[in-house]
Amino acid sequence: MARSVTPQRKAFNTAAAWAVGLLIFFPILWTILTSFKTEAQAINDPPLFFFFDWTLENYAVVQERSDYMRFLWNSIAIAGGSTLLGILVAIPAAWSMAFVPSNRTKDILLWMLSTKMLPAVGVLYPIYLIFIRLGILDTRSGLIVVLMLCNLPIIVWMLYTYFKEIPGEILEAARMDGATLKEEILYVLTPMAIPGIASTLLLNVILAWNEAFWTLNLTAAKAAPLTAFIASYSSPEGLFYAKLSAASTMAIAPILILGWFSQKQLVRGLTFGAVK
Amino acid sequence: MYLRNALCAASALAVIATGAVQAETTVTIATVNNGDMIRMQGLADDFTAQHPDIKLEWVTLEENVLRQRVTQDIASKGGQFDVMTIGTYEVPIWAKNDWLVSLNDMPEAWDADDILPAIRGGLTVDGTLYAAPFYGESSMVMYRKDLMEKAGLEMPEAPTWEFIKEAAAGMTDKDGEIYGICLRGKAGWGENMAFLTAMSNSFGAKWFDEEWTAQFDSEAWKNTLTFYMDLMTNYGPPGASTNGFNENLSLFQQGKCGMWIDATVAASFVTNPNDSTVADQVGFALAPDNGLGKRGNWLWAWTLAVPAGSDATEEAKTFIEWATSKGYTELVASKEGWANVPPGTRTSLYENQAYLDAAPFAAMTLNSINAADPTQPTVDPVPYTGVQFVAIPEFAGIGTQVGQEFSAALAGQQTVDEALAKAQALTTDEMEAAGY
Repeated sequence: MARSVTPQRKAFNTAAAWAVGLLIFFPILWTILTSFKTEAQAINDPPLFFFFDWTLENYAVVQERSDYMRFLWNSIAIAGGSTLLGILVAIPAAWSMAFVPSNRTKDILLWMLSTKMLPAVGVLYPIYLIFIRLGILDTRSGLIVVLMLCNLPIIVWMLYTYFKEIPGEILEAARMDGATLKEEILYVLTPMAIPGIASTLLLNVILAWNEAFWTLNLTAAKAAPLTAFIASYSSPEGLFYAKLSAASTMAIAPILILGWFSQKQLVRGLTFGAVK
Repeated sequence: MYLRNALCAASALAVIATGAVQAETTVTIATVNNGDMIRMQGLADDFTAQHPDIKLEWVTLEENVLRQRVTQDIASKGGQFDVMTIGTYEVPIWAKNDWLVSLNDMPEAWDADDILPAIRGGLTVDGTLYAAPFYGESSMVMYRKDLMEKAGLEMPEAPTWEFIKEAAAGMTDKDGEIYGICLRGKAGWGENMAFLTAMSNSFGAKWFDEEWTAQFDSEAWKNTLTFYMDLMTNYGPPGASTNGFNENLSLFQQGKCGMWIDATVAASFVTNPNDSTVADQVGFALAPDNGLGKRGNWLWAWTLAVPAGSDATEEAKTFIEWATSKGYTELVASKEGWANVPPGTRTSLYENQAYLDAAPFAAMTLNSINAADPTQPTVDPVPYTGVQFVAIPEFAGIGTQVGQEFSAALAGQQTVDEALAKAQALTTDEMEAAGY
């Protein structure tokens, strides 16, 4: 029997959910508001919320100073490329762990996740030297590979969790009907797992889009994505908070819009398997 | 026949076009995000108009990120940059590692002799110039004339630390959120340690004696830190242990600081009526002293240098010649006014009446720069160069760790004696490990 919820309780829950949501969203909201202020208004004490002279000047300055489209294109290529490559590698890996597990499958999964526990800076210098040797420093292809490797454990884990929910009997039936391994994965498993793959894809695009350690350290002028675009407006000697906020807003806008339209899939992917 | 001629002509055009494309050399410039550097990017069309065969690519990064990136690149010979923006701390260290290209062969018209001697001295190693200064700065006292008058005091041109304390006490009105003095407290070798090292010079303190033994157990360092704590605890703003340049700039511009001792480059910000509420009330004075022959001001310059791994050395030098020339100064003046030209690098700028008229802080900036001597920064002789830093590779790490101890003391987490004892111990350990 469903638990009855009083109108007061419902109103309280709604208000609490909104409060938590706004609290989480506040830094982004503040960044967006600051981007429409003058530099003097940006540091005003007490802080100005909505009642100030709104200006688009910061956006004009940022547009004039930086080639936004070049950074944007690099971000799209790097985030999209690394996610697609990751999915291609992770689907067979997750399939084997979900449907043909060995005694060591759990250990392998944990080991994969443990690579995320190493601080990235610990391997910066070796990777930097490898990039120099291979001639892929400041290239999109180099970053696609590195970001794919960074996010691969998460992709495999997410797909593994999703695949585990699919009854193995369906795949057995396909095999009985004469499907090869490739056909089984491509025509039976993948279509059934499309929602899970889609949410994994979306989450990893966001992770790759926001990645700021490797993208700042392995790029210069050619392959620099939007994280480098933001970094170029940070200054310890000079108050440029409004311009920095405008650059940040421009950098997060595409991924924010993508996240807004795909929030259902994202939530579903992130909570899948949590309640059985 | 007609077709053959047409094909020949087309081929010739293609060869010429290809040649033109191949002749274009890209110069990648790593730079910091500050007003002068951004202005240079905006005016770069003037350079490319003069040199259509050179294409400029800009990589603008935050100062600390830039420092890490260019060090990483030059140490591993990554070759990503052809021109690097580096400070006076890096130049002598990198030059000794043969990481930089000599600039001794710059054209005569560039006029190396016009560079301010104090700045040029910091960029020259064994008689070779390794970097060209883009702008130079020292530190000085910026104060509120109205608050000083209200306190019944008059700021001398060259104040002592005791006068600064007296003035801070007179101007402080904590109920009115006005603090007599704002100083750096945020930990970092380029943050609180830049200020405290320069201040310690005027108290007769030093980082190392001539045998490279750490000197934080000296009376002079105790006097320095005790005086600083006393000033900040009684007359400084709350939460000062997290205040760096930007935080203090913000406080000063909002009228909450009576005095602020920091980089001369701040003068143009605090006197700008668009950003500062106290723009018309700001006065300037030399950094304080204690009558020991050294003032508490530093010397810094952002410079342009060519890394040894660059494959466009000549083109990079051509760019540096343009960006650090007298002609560039005139270009900025013609486009954006004399007040906006990069300061602190050339003697001729301070002989230019138009500049002196437009920049009320010009004379004080020059005097402050001239008052600093990076080759003899302390009262007693020391084995190192650098006013607010020690020009050895280990300093960045040690300076930041010591800065954390001093910042913790300012935050009330430990006493002055404890902070100095820890600074002494960690500096000794690091220097021994480094083989000194």
